[in-house]
Amino acid sequence: MTEAIWTTLKLATLTTVLLLALATPLAWRLARGKGLWRDVVGALVALPLVLPPTVLGFYLLLAFAPGSPLMAPFAALGAPSLAFTFEGLVVGSVIYSLPFAVQPLRNAFEAMGDAPMEAAAMSRAGPLDAFFTIALPMARRSYLSAAVLVFAHTVGEFGVVLMIGGAIPGKTDVVSVKMYELVESSRTAEAHMLAAGLVLFSFAALLCVYVFDRRAAKGFR
Amino acid sequence: MTAPNLDMELAGDAYGRRFAFSCNLPLSGVTVITGPSGAGKSTLLRCLAGLSRLPGRIRMGDETWQDGRLFVPPHEREVGFVFQDTRLWPHMTVRETLTYAARRARGAVRVGEDETISLLGLAPLMDRSATALSGGEQQRVAIGRAILSQPALLLLDEPTAGLDRDHRAEMLSLIARLTGVLDTPVLYVTHDAVDAVRLADRRIEVAEGRIAGVVLDRPSDPLEGLSAEARDGLARAALAAGLPPA
Repeated sequence: MTEAIWTTLKLATLTTVLLLALATPLAWRLARGKGLWRDVVGALVALPLVLPPTVLGFYLLLAFAPGSPLMAPFAALGAPSLAFTFEGLVVGSVIYSLPFAVQPLRNAFEAMGDAPMEAAAMSRAGPLDAFFTIALPMARRSYLSAAVLVFAHTVGEFGVVLMIGGAIPGKTDVVSVKMYELVESSRTAEAHMLAAGLVLFSFAALLCVYVFDRRAAKGFR
Repeated sequence: MTAPNLDMELAGDAYGRRFAFSCNLPLSGVTVITGPSGAGKSTLLRCLAGLSRLPGRIRMGDETWQDGRLFVPPHEREVGFVFQDTRLWPHMTVRETLTYAARRARGAVRVGEDETISLLGLAPLMDRSATALSGGEQQRVAIGRAILSQPALLLLDEPTAGLDRDHRAEMLSLIARLTGVLDTPVLYVTHDAVDAVRLADRRIEVAEGRIAGVVLDRPSDPLEGLSAEARDGLARAALAAGLPPA
């Protein structure tokens, strides 16, 4: 069980870090973009919210399989397949939790509008400088919300990890899958412990998000 | 006092309407831009700053900011901009805001940090959050931020618009004092005719998306001794008479 918890924490942390970095430019473009392409990309990003995780898992499995065109660059590096590997889980989790990172950031960037960035440009700050010194700190609470949501959502995912991970102990066996195994094999006491732990963790995470949100609504400082 | 030439020839559509700005005049002291609201005064300033883009050409002194495909991005133009809505950053104190601009300033130093702070009376506000200040205080900070970026051209977009009558008068005399000290040409957008009379070395009139006229000489103040209301009325009447029919 400890092994599963450790794998889960590692997976959720890595997913959170990668996803915040990936979601930032995506959310920025979605907040600033115009026209049809923005709606198309927006819908694609939101897709994991409505798709059954098994569908996502199925396609990822096909993509990760040896011989799949997406694996060609990895095969050259000596890793013919990402299926049933920890790395594969990370990629799956990033896609699965994408909307939970992009949406809060996009909302924050849309809400701040162009005004603060224009003021920064008028103070000789280039676009990147202005992003890191103005937009990022102004959106910091949304980053906290996004991080907590992604972390918690990754801990809670089941369908995707089961299909592409295969529950290999120490590698791809995470708590949500472990939970299933414990119940299946009637290890009720352990199941109780894990379940209660997850309930407490999830509640604490959501509480954090709501407290951040309320503070953000009150304004800065 | 340096008097760089502003040579501008812009024409095109933006915000769903047509604009055509063209002028070629030396800028020194205060140039007031007047015109009815919606005439295109702010668009004119935004084009000069590079925040909006209309096809054409802008030359300021010996620098070309825009010509054909060349478009110098806003942060590389030596322009200071005071926005009507102040646009102070909510996550910074007054001190951090001023330092932000001062640290990124390029080119000749025209005004010092201490001088700016005392000129604008910002000393007691330095450690307060920029957005926790009153409207007039916020606008003073915004002016400080703009001049500490050491601009070669200072653009003010109706800085008194959000203020009540008393603070308006106070802000006006502050801006008058400021422009007396600064060696930087100022473009000052206002729809208030009294502002125009008090501050202007020359006046650009904008109407229906184009520059309708340039009045070059500083008017001696013929309204001296009249009440503020009378001056206001007179100036409005004078301005209205000079405007092309809408």
